[in-house]
Amino acid sequence: MTSSVALARHAIDRLGFGPRPGDLDRIAAQGVDRWIEQQLAPASIPLPAALSDRIAALTTLSLSSPQLFVEYGPPSMRPPGGGKPTPQARKAANQRGRVIVSEAIEGRLVRAIDSPRQLEESLVAFWFNHFNVFAGKGLDRLWVGAFEQEAIRPHVLGRFRDMLGATAKHPAMLFYLDNWMNTAPGSPGARGPFEGINENYARELMELHTLGVSGGYTQADVIALAHILTGWTIGPVPRQRPIFAAMGGPFRRAAMARERLQGRGSFAFDPDRHDFSDKQFLGRTIRGGGMAEGEAALDMLARSPATAHRLGFKLAQYFLADDPDAATVAHMAETYLASDGNIRAVLAALFASAAFRSPANFGAKFKTPYRYVISAVRAAGIEVSNFRPLRGMLFQLGEPPYGHIMPQGYDDTEAAWLNPDAMMRRLSFAVALAHGNLPLTAAPDGASPRREPASPLDAAALMRTLGGAFSPATRDAIAAAAPALRAGIVLGSPEFMRC
Amino acid sequence: MLRRDFLKFSAGTTGLTLLPLGAQGWAASNPAGGRRRLVVVFLRGAVDGLNVVVPYGDSAYYDARPTIAIQPPGSAGGALELDGRFGLHPALAPLLPFWRERSLAFIHASGSPDPTRSHFTAQDYMESGTPGRSATRDGWMNRLLSALPGAHQSTSAVSFGPTLPRILSGRMNVANVPLGRGADHPLPIDRPVINASFDRLYAGNDPMSRAYKEGMAMRAKLMADLETDMVAADNGAPSPVGFSSDTEYLARLVARDPAVELAFFALGGWDTHVNEGAAEGQLAGHLRPLAEGLSALAKGIGPAYRDTVILVVSEFGRTVRENGNRGTDHGHGNVMWVMGGPVAGGRVYGAWPSLAEDALYQNRDLAITTDYRSAIAVVLERHLRLGGTALRAVFPGAPPPPATVGGLIRV
Repeated sequence: MTSSVALARHAIDRLGFGPRPGDLDRIAAQGVDRWIEQQLAPASIPLPAALSDRIAALTTLSLSSPQLFVEYGPPSMRPPGGGKPTPQARKAANQRGRVIVSEAIEGRLVRAIDSPRQLEESLVAFWFNHFNVFAGKGLDRLWVGAFEQEAIRPHVLGRFRDMLGATAKHPAMLFYLDNWMNTAPGSPGARGPFEGINENYARELMELHTLGVSGGYTQADVIALAHILTGWTIGPVPRQRPIFAAMGGPFRRAAMARERLQGRGSFAFDPDRHDFSDKQFLGRTIRGGGMAEGEAALDMLARSPATAHRLGFKLAQYFLADDPDAATVAHMAETYLASDGNIRAVLAALFASAAFRSPANFGAKFKTPYRYVISAVRAAGIEVSNFRPLRGMLFQLGEPPYGHIMPQGYDDTEAAWLNPDAMMRRLSFAVALAHGNLPLTAAPDGASPRREPASPLDAAALMRTLGGAFSPATRDAIAAAAPALRAGIVLGSPEFMRC
Repeated sequence: MLRRDFLKFSAGTTGLTLLPLGAQGWAASNPAGGRRRLVVVFLRGAVDGLNVVVPYGDSAYYDARPTIAIQPPGSAGGALELDGRFGLHPALAPLLPFWRERSLAFIHASGSPDPTRSHFTAQDYMESGTPGRSATRDGWMNRLLSALPGAHQSTSAVSFGPTLPRILSGRMNVANVPLGRGADHPLPIDRPVINASFDRLYAGNDPMSRAYKEGMAMRAKLMADLETDMVAADNGAPSPVGFSSDTEYLARLVARDPAVELAFFALGGWDTHVNEGAAEGQLAGHLRPLAEGLSALAKGIGPAYRDTVILVVSEFGRTVRENGNRGTDHGHGNVMWVMGGPVAGGRVYGAWPSLAEDALYQNRDLAITTDYRSAIAVVLERHLRLGGTALRAVFPGAPPPPATVGGLIRV
């Protein structure tokens, strides 16, 4: 194995989901630096027409959050003549709506497997997980895919502040962390369940999305930020509340200043539920100014050195090592601050670092279930049409897409994922996949996918795809196995468990 | 996901009581009364303990919760009377018989002394057993496992779920059993022609090899159980549907495998910031299947209940006052549930700090009068018979148990 092939393997293992047949030779011939440069500019890499067509066929994936809300959400359940939806109508709409999460998962997996823009796809997985929302929480069943399309995907290599703002205003996040109900006590819009403060989003915004738990904020800052974010909600906002018209003073001024988005199922700022007083937040005074307060708070959070460090650490852990060295993380944090949160610049600094190029880090990370499953399918060179076996496997391994209930997302370390049952299931998956026993190429929508005759993968070709770096013990075990089993041992080898 | 799995689990255990073989197997392998066991159920997301064990005698409770309070016993949808001061959430009715037979106790105003209101930091501290110290690498149940006497087997400690939780991570090997449909189906790796090859690859002492060997030992046990059950079914066992349920084997494992000493579950869905509900609603909908599952577990393990303690814990409690959306935000003190034959039950333990304004922690939360570690230490000392050195290894630096929880376990 030449060193250029070894570096190519490292690059595609870490920036992406491992090599497909022929990838390593192509990357080595092109030069790893050039390949990384292209990955950092995904628009420069053409998408194969076949992949674009497959994504286009996932029709709900191109619907906006408001469209999904209207076509699959509560409005779609109401009888034509008006009135409340019947339980049957509700059930039918929910049943019909299942296609949304299903297509979101399929879109995510097909791109991870087939897209030549591998870095973009691993960053979509990374940033979605950073800003995790859960498909199992109420209306988020409609919006997890749209959240990824609208708030995550456009920004994965852009400015962090833009992604932070997009997630803060996305209905999926507003619903998931309850800020859509967060209301200034005593405000004109405070009534019923919208009666007062909800700290949920404010806390996780600092703890998980930006500063980190040791980022220097207090409980008073959590409460202040919750007040700052009152009225950040999901439309529609009632145009005129009777109580409002009767009031004067600051609320009337607010009314004159308000910008109302009337969309159903999209972000709206409701001045009637906002706290217009001045706030003390992270040692600064934020003057009461409506929605601008929240924007100022997001600016402060995005520009904080604590945020720079936290994001640098998480990115380094994802791309480099479970315990990334402090110097590399510090360099990434500095780059982040110097570039005003430019994610592309931070990653370019990481990929150019000595640590990233050090052979000591090659093959040192234990793959997450997501990486393991996708890298196996890529190495096998299979064009997947039926994603059910992959979804099932990810569920069994504990990492179903859009399936993490709590906001911190999935862990990314060996300590989190290496366990006895995981080994049993990975090895069983490896053998079944390599033997051709998974109905991955069956009709996608058939109720009972037809099982095609098993056609085992060729072990020697698979080893070439992966660059041929296997220990003598692995080579011996492969050689000693029955021929039909050999490719499964390649995919179940210690070398393939890591990246 | 977790909640549903627990539902299935409870369905499975209920079915188990119909299978006489399970109970006989248990008794036969435990002629001297059986091995002492500890089951820990972690409610991730911070359950609202004030609506679990309701301080209906504390008027501040009703002042703080205009829409989500559980009414006093005797009212419609009211709490179930416990001891004249506290009442049980009505959705926990399946647990009332255990309270009456005095094998269920609660420790109120308990929890971790660390002030964090981060779910993840608080869970981490509760699982490491070292609140405030983030450098601790292992979990307290793993340290406990190494402190237990006797030869360790692959199923000495079992975690239910596809990943190993922090509480069980560490030096000692721990088995994990996945939940969900098809979890107990045979796998390719069970076939000798296949695992012979992997045995060669994972023969070392590195982490992957150790996990592999632990996994193979666990698979062998599971498959042996499966065969036994085929025989049982052939002998006319009443419930083939139960057999196909993936959850039945969880109960089977705990009930039949004499090696199991420690078991762990985690259940999610307790983070009720919005529309928490009262006697009915979101929290009730989560408590009911938990109570049914615990009840079924207690009944399903049969005579082993005599030697089992089940702890239910959560990372912190929730605000005393309901928030602006008929829910509760992150708080501090909570209630711990303790259940099992050795428990001196029918009592709410712990000093009650009251919910009066000036008694609240940081003017908003239930104060903590019992450190969770000292309450668990009583269980470890009296039930699992750990000595002082071992106790200090499991919970280094923990305060001694207050007198108010000293009698928690029958001696």
